[in-house]
Amino acid sequence: MWLLNSSIGKKLIMSISGVFLILFLLFHMSMNIVAVFSADAYNMICELLGANWYALVGTAVLAGGFLVHIVFAFMLTLQNQKARGNQSYAVSERPKGVDFASQNMFILGTIVVLGLIMHFAQFWYKMQFAEILGHHEVELGTAVVGVADGAAFIKYWFSNPIICILYLIWFAALWFHLTHGFWSAIQTIGWSNQIWYNRWKCISNIFATVVFLGFALVVVTFFLKSLCA
Amino acid sequence: MEKTINITLKVWRQRGPKENGAFETFQLKNISTDSSFLEMLDVLNEQLVSEQKEPIVFDHDCREGICGMCSLYINGHAHGPDEDVTTCQLHMRKFKDGETITVEPWRSASFPVIRDLMVDRNAFDKIIQAGGYTSVNTGGVPDANSIPISKIDADEAMDAASCIGCGACVAACKNGSAMLFVSAKVSQLALLPQGRVEAAARVKKMVAKMDELGFGNCTNTRACEAECPKNVSIANIARMNREFICAKLKD
Ligand code: HEM
Ligand code: SF4
Ligand code: FES
Repeated sequence: MWLLNSSIGKKLIMSISGVFLILFLLFHMSMNIVAVFSADAYNMICELLGANWYALVGTAVLAGGFLVHIVFAFMLTLQNQKARGNQSYAVSERPKGVDFASQNMFILGTIVVLGLIMHFAQFWYKMQFAEILGHHEVELGTAVVGVADGAAFIKYWFSNPIICILYLIWFAALWFHLTHGFWSAIQTIGWSNQIWYNRWKCISNIFATVVFLGFALVVVTFFLKSLCA
Repeated sequence: MEKTINITLKVWRQRGPKENGAFETFQLKNISTDSSFLEMLDVLNEQLVSEQKEPIVFDHDCREGICGMCSLYINGHAHGPDEDVTTCQLHMRKFKDGETITVEPWRSASFPVIRDLMVDRNAFDKIIQAGGYTSVNTGGVPDANSIPISKIDADEAMDAASCIGCGACVAACKNGSAMLFVSAKVSQLALLPQGRVEAAARVKKMVAKMDELGFGNCTNTRACEAECPKNVSIANIARMNREFICAKLKD
């Protein structure tokens, strides 16, 4: 099968799975922003995304997307290291026009995974997962909150400055990953040429920045609110 | 008046593909800044020969930027610090008096070192042999303009055809990918009606050969484009991806 055997096929899988994850990010970001305006509306969304069959199917598909993206990231990165050979240059400079992100996608992706693990432990494990196990309330710090009370979770975690900084670092890694990833995915599919290359690159930067600001807004807002409380 | 500089040269020496190499350091005095980089190496080699030592082995042929034989990684850049020139067109005026210049061979698993700075780029020939030609009968030389080709396509085909097969793209790529070279060779024919006939078969065969020879997977870092002496654009890579994916989807 050419998708699995050829270099361009494997890159295409990387690209499509990346675009799929981007679409998910857009959804997740929009949903988070609701929390800034109304805790009730946000909790309604959390309820919809509890242990219902459609939310579970969605989670499974999403996990599949991540898995494919990560498995192929490992495969391609290992193959590329082999193609490069063992002997490295004694002197090597990054040429003009080569972005930092483009040469460090795997490292940036690894930071994204670490952030994900933290995020899962803090939110998903105590929300959807707890509900799957049949719990309706979980302990959060000293309080006991409902598993679908997402607003309470946000308030609790983002009152801690260290957690806030960790999340912002996580988003920054994602920003770098997306500034390269977005146009790179389009280039891999082949929808680019000399004119569109610059446009896609510009769109990538704007898009990555919007995603960064969207996610960061929630963290910063809730941190500031916690200071006032 | 002619200006001269003194330099320290750190050159990679390696006796064969299987042997371990190491840097050897040379001092060179009174090198004319008007001389080319290869002329400077000639001076060094004559000095070595007169001292009964082994001269440094490096590839070169035309010395005017058209054959693609010269291939040195100089101070961290394929074809040296100057932009859009081959090693043979690089001049010593690009270096400062007292500077230490590090010279290495292309480093990529698919380009094994033959000796010192000379690497085996046969892999490129194999990729061309896999399909980088037209085998249909295109008839005699047609009258000018009897086959209409848009100016844009003609220009892009010509730019792709400027690739001299030097391998700097592979040498500069952290993934050891040959996508810029292969895409230039695919594009120069895919853009023209005479080449279109076999376009789908060609791209499949050339990409398959490229993969078989162990070149890496492109992650669009653009190091190739930045270091290419002929300024071949990564728009060619997008075109090749497009051609390849379409050809496979049609099967
Ligand atoms: C929300 C999370 C993520 C999103 C939205 C995302 C998005 C993308 C996109 C759009 C691409 C470009 C595909 C292409 O060039 O064809 C990409 C490439 C890549 N990603 Fe991710 N990614 C995410 C997480 C990860 C993770 C967890 C890893 C794993 C370690 C990872 C590693 C890579 C690597 C190695 C590449 C290849 C670089 C390239 O081919 O340009 N990514 N990603
Ligand atoms: S694409 Fe440029 S760097 Fe690569 S082989 Fe052709 S001329 Fe050399
Ligand atoms: S020797 Fe021919 S291109 Fe440099």
